[in-house]
Amino acid sequence: MAMSTQVVYGDEKQNRRKVILRQTILYTLLALFAIFVIIPFYWMIMTAIKEEADVFVSPPILWVNPLNWQFSNFALALERAPFARFMYNTVIVSMISTVGTIITTVFAAFAFARLNFVGRDILFMALIATMMIPGEMFVITNFLTVVELGWIREQTFTTALLAMTIPFMTSIFYIFFLRQTFKQIPNELYYAAKVDGTKDLQYLWKIMVPIAMPTIITITILNAMGTWNAYIWPRLVTQREEFRLVSNGLRNAFDDALGVTAYNEQMAAALLVTLPLLFVFLTLKKYIIRGVSRSGIKG
Amino acid sequence: MLEDKHNIKAWFYLAPAMVLLIIFTFYPIFNAFFLAFLRDFNYLQGTWEGFTFFENFGFVFRNPNFRDALTNTLIITFVSVPIAVIIALLVSVWLNSIVKFRGVFQTIFFLPYVTNAIAIGMAFAFLFNRNFGLVNTMLGWIGFSPINWVGLRATWGMAMIAFLVFTTWSSLAFRIMVFLSGLQNIDKQYYDAARVDSTRRYRIFRRITVPLLSPMIFYITITSFIGSFKTYTEVIGMFGERLGPPGNDRAMITMVALVYDALDRSGVTGALSEAAAAAIVLFGITLFFTLVNMQVSKKRVHY
Repeated sequence: MAMSTQVVYGDEKQNRRKVILRQTILYTLLALFAIFVIIPFYWMIMTAIKEEADVFVSPPILWVNPLNWQFSNFALALERAPFARFMYNTVIVSMISTVGTIITTVFAAFAFARLNFVGRDILFMALIATMMIPGEMFVITNFLTVVELGWIREQTFTTALLAMTIPFMTSIFYIFFLRQTFKQIPNELYYAAKVDGTKDLQYLWKIMVPIAMPTIITITILNAMGTWNAYIWPRLVTQREEFRLVSNGLRNAFDDALGVTAYNEQMAAALLVTLPLLFVFLTLKKYIIRGVSRSGIKG
Repeated sequence: MLEDKHNIKAWFYLAPAMVLLIIFTFYPIFNAFFLAFLRDFNYLQGTWEGFTFFENFGFVFRNPNFRDALTNTLIITFVSVPIAVIIALLVSVWLNSIVKFRGVFQTIFFLPYVTNAIAIGMAFAFLFNRNFGLVNTMLGWIGFSPINWVGLRATWGMAMIAFLVFTTWSSLAFRIMVFLSGLQNIDKQYYDAARVDSTRRYRIFRRITVPLLSPMIFYITITSFIGSFKTYTEVIGMFGERLGPPGNDRAMITMVALVYDALDRSGVTGALSEAAAAAIVLFGITLFFTLVNMQVSKKRVHY
């Protein structure tokens, strides 16, 4: 009896040692991976606050004393290109396209989730199928279309905004995403509202939209982030420098005539573009993760 | 149950989205095929000389950059996708099995998802700078002499390695997010049963985690392939619009770049048809590998 207790005790001790060892390895691996993820951000920040002379030192300076942080780099970066203007453009484009997208998406998702009409399932399958086609197939014709619509030649800020927003005012993925949320709202709610004489449109905006708010917030964030990162289309359709978006301004502004890059100012600008995104992510993480993981589960 | 037909009402609700989709999605798909078969289409004058089946595709295949673009795109896809999927799977399993600091790690691991490809691409270019970058400094600690990754006349091989590190880094976050939410949806009962039977960890991973996660792995693999074939903005982020290290321009050109190169010459006779043909070639490649993926996973995905 005593012996068997001892054996069990020994086993437990060994087990605990094993658990501790496993935990240590696990946390070490995760910490190493975390360092791998953080390094680019760290290097961006460190470079952005260095004096120009300290950037071109080999081996590089790994840590800058907080007393020597050069916040003037941010001011210099903003002078290199009209970044304030680019950010203003980006915010405007983002707002217009997001509001437009939400409106078209809410209506379409309502029809797919709530109404019964001829060809609904076929149409829905056709929409899902087009999600697989690479965007480059659309870009060529869309470029010709915005030219035909007169949004390119003798471009004004208004036509530039139209060219950058109208083609993206709806999204099959968001319709699909919102339809899933709408479908979870019980039908009884709809019939109760019908009995009370509520019109469909009223029902949609007064009841369904508020219930689906978390999904709509997710769509808003993802859409705004998409605009913030857009590079190819705005570059293609804007005819004047001052109509461009932040990503466009970022890439070429920091090489001087001799091809030497002012890395500290370049990284300061990169940081200015990255910070709003990080801020949005950290405050609204829940909604972003929700949208992303939903897209995965439904795949 | 839904009520009877609402045909007219339904189309009223669908109209805004459908009008936009018809103009900017459906029509462009058909028009891309139309353009690709026009002979000598000049868009400024709106003229063309009848139809041709292969000529525009011939322009694409004979483009001096075509071989490089295809090779680069395939290398980027077949190296970075498997590596990133495996790393993401391991990291999310590790993350799912700890309790303390899980939230902190999760937030850190998700950060790359919200970065701007241009901004972070430039940061990576400077990380890989020959004399002033962190990568060579760290390699120096273990005895490597400085490598010219992305600098003046850097070789294709070095530029490709640096680029693969960058794309892998930036694509991991999304995959970890999806895998982690999948892991959290696995019924704990399976693991409890395995624990009662004192099944070994690796066996649990192979026999429970991977099969139950297989729909997510399948989804991520397909979307990663599709996304990877479309690599372009990341190249601009790291190398600028010359698409390669200085003095080795276009070394990192991708398939999508062929479309935009042709589109930039839109006024030239035949250029738009070439762009359309290049886009169709890209679509064909994507479709082919998606179908292969689906065939392979038919046997392996458990729903």
